[in-house]
Amino acid sequence: MAIPLSYNLRNLMVRRTTTLMTALGIGLTVAVLLAVLALMAGLNAAFATAGNPKHVLVMRKGATAELSSGVTRQQFQEMKFRPGLDTSAGNEPMASLELVTIINLQSVDSPNGMNVTLRGLLPMGAEMRGLKIASGRWFNPGQREITVGKGIAKRYPDAATGKQLRFGKGLWTVVGVFDAGDSANNSEILGDLNQVAGDYNRMEGLSSILLRATDRASAKALVNNINDDVKLNMEARLEDEYMAAQTSSGAPIQFLGIFVSIIMAVGSSFAAMNTMYAAVARRAKEVGTLRVLGFSQGSILISFLIESVVLSLLGGILGCLLVLPLNGITTGIGNFTTFSEVSFNFQVTPQVMLSGILFALLLGAVGGFFPSLNAARKEILTALRDT
Amino acid sequence: MFRFLPLIWKNSLRNKRRSLLTITSVAMSLCLLGVLFALYRSFFHGDTTPESALRLITRHRVSLTVSLPGSYESKIRQIPGVKEVSVYSWFQGVYKDARDPNNFFARFAVEPENALRILSEWKFTEEERKAFLSQRTAAVASDLIAKAQKWKVGDKILIKGDIYPVNLELTLVGFYRDVDKTKTLIFNNEYLQQALGVNNRRYSSVGTYYILAESAEAVPRVAKAVDDMFENAPEPTKTESERQFALSFVSFLGNVKLFLLAICGAVTFTILLVSANTMAMSVRERIREVGILKTLGFTNGEILGIILGEALMISFIGGLLGTGLAVLLCGVVRNAPTNFQQLETLRLTPDVAALCVAVAMVIGFASALIPAATASRTPILDSLRYSG
Repeated sequence: MAIPLSYNLRNLMVRRTTTLMTALGIGLTVAVLLAVLALMAGLNAAFATAGNPKHVLVMRKGATAELSSGVTRQQFQEMKFRPGLDTSAGNEPMASLELVTIINLQSVDSPNGMNVTLRGLLPMGAEMRGLKIASGRWFNPGQREITVGKGIAKRYPDAATGKQLRFGKGLWTVVGVFDAGDSANNSEILGDLNQVAGDYNRMEGLSSILLRATDRASAKALVNNINDDVKLNMEARLEDEYMAAQTSSGAPIQFLGIFVSIIMAVGSSFAAMNTMYAAVARRAKEVGTLRVLGFSQGSILISFLIESVVLSLLGGILGCLLVLPLNGITTGIGNFTTFSEVSFNFQVTPQVMLSGILFALLLGAVGGFFPSLNAARKEILTALRDT
Repeated sequence: MFRFLPLIWKNSLRNKRRSLLTITSVAMSLCLLGVLFALYRSFFHGDTTPESALRLITRHRVSLTVSLPGSYESKIRQIPGVKEVSVYSWFQGVYKDARDPNNFFARFAVEPENALRILSEWKFTEEERKAFLSQRTAAVASDLIAKAQKWKVGDKILIKGDIYPVNLELTLVGFYRDVDKTKTLIFNNEYLQQALGVNNRRYSSVGTYYILAESAEAVPRVAKAVDDMFENAPEPTKTESERQFALSFVSFLGNVKLFLLAICGAVTFTILLVSANTMAMSVRERIREVGILKTLGFTNGEILGIILGEALMISFIGGLLGTGLAVLLCGVVRNAPTNFQQLETLRLTPDVAALCVAVAMVIGFASALIPAATASRTPILDSLRYSG
């Protein structure tokens, strides 16, 4: 027969302070883990939505990133007429020639400056990525104008609409902010291809070519078609795979965060064990009484284990509450592929919270097991005699 | 107070399991705190070697990826306080297979003679030195890379260019003892320029300039003088001390400062909770005993001292254990694969270790204050009447 749950709940209530302190300890541990998980969820979302499954990114053979790649206009002309390319509403092939470079701007977090990607592209490039204007307008071709992603607008005060930035051969005016949803595209500054290329003396040596195929299968075929063409000396890859690989930029923080939460977890499971041992010791007489009433050793073990798990559940919920305010906060970390910052939002998703709760329950179960075993194994007579 | 030490000791042994669990719990948290403090210190308050303290790096103000004209060198050399200047261009490139992180190490094109004067801690034999200065395709590298790649003096290696569209075949002529884990290879900039050819758009351009100042005091002055000189030039510069320059890569990890501080805060608060909980339990169990001690003539102050002493003893032992664990953990971090030099030289310095133990003691003291004060103030009769 099982001991009613209310017995455990009332016991936790009687020792409010101890319960709350232990739960808060577990809660903080869970909060650290959740903060890191929320960060990774945001980062993953940024890169997952940045890659279109139908897109193919073409760079120079051997180049691992757009920054160290080089393509010519002639190569672009050849790419435009590859088989399998999708066409736009205006019946133009969906292909964009792009120039990628970096400018250093002061951010809210690093006053010494942080790298930001500057991309010169054709109007088709913005259309292919499905970017929408959030405020202001798009840059005009042939003008020294730039439109910035909403991540940039949020984190770099110098890149607000109406301000001017100095790079290339002079001043550029920020004329608008675009919105790319959760995507990593939000961390870029966009300008007219020819204008940017002119400023950097790179009219012929550009960075990369983005192509859209009609469907996933033809995208894969297009990749093979380009890679097999030895004459081209170019390397194509699927955009979504290229983006997904960049999630590794969060690896150092993720490693540190998980390392910290595991060590904290050991510490707080010991603390939970301490609390449960004290609970068992204080209630020796009660345990004896329960046994006399006919409750089995197993049900006592389970009852104490449940009490510990409830305690840690409370901690898990506290941990979730502690990290909830982080949800939606924009932060940025460096991306070693683009050598610039990618900004994204913390995402405290239901999965993230669920893993936090499960983590807490595990802590409680581990911490509560030995004390519960200790309670269940008490001799009835000695337990009753206990003062 | 010291005459109560045996009593305090006995008290902490009274419930061995509880003391042990608390000590372990405090030790785990403290070990974490130790590693985090060490990280914070090496990132933001790291010691610079005397050689490094004299060095500055000049890059294009727009970003590291934009190059500077080769003509700046002679202008920088004229600035008072500048002892030596060298071209210091990040070549990048690919060695063997880029997918293996072991094949990634820094490769810079330099002016050999100037560079060896700036990097004065890199020691070479006269023979190695001569070879590096006289052979056009010569390169010298860290002995750590040499060991990992099984290189010998005289080996030829091929670096395929990516930023610079040329492949270089370099001859290894010497290795320096890499104490600071810089993992760098340097080669002659002249070779790179010849390989590029006059018509390449990168010809004669320079990634960064490496500057040696006359004295540490001159460093900020030189940085300002260089940037002022090119303020209105088409290619403005940004000059930083070597240390600041390295720090700008730390910001790549995100807002590390806030991240570390937040975790440290959470950990400290957790230890406080754990320790306070233990002390509260331990004192509650002993209220009747306190009454007896008082009837024996112990004053309120003495009782306060005994209970505080117990908390201090537990947190001190936990702190020591934790600090010891942190030393071990720093060793693990040092050997983990990473791109950050600061992590490879991570060490728990004595000041950080002392800080850890001190934090443990302060937490122990703070956690016991309320239970101890309550116990010492409880009137004798009440405490004698108290039943668990």
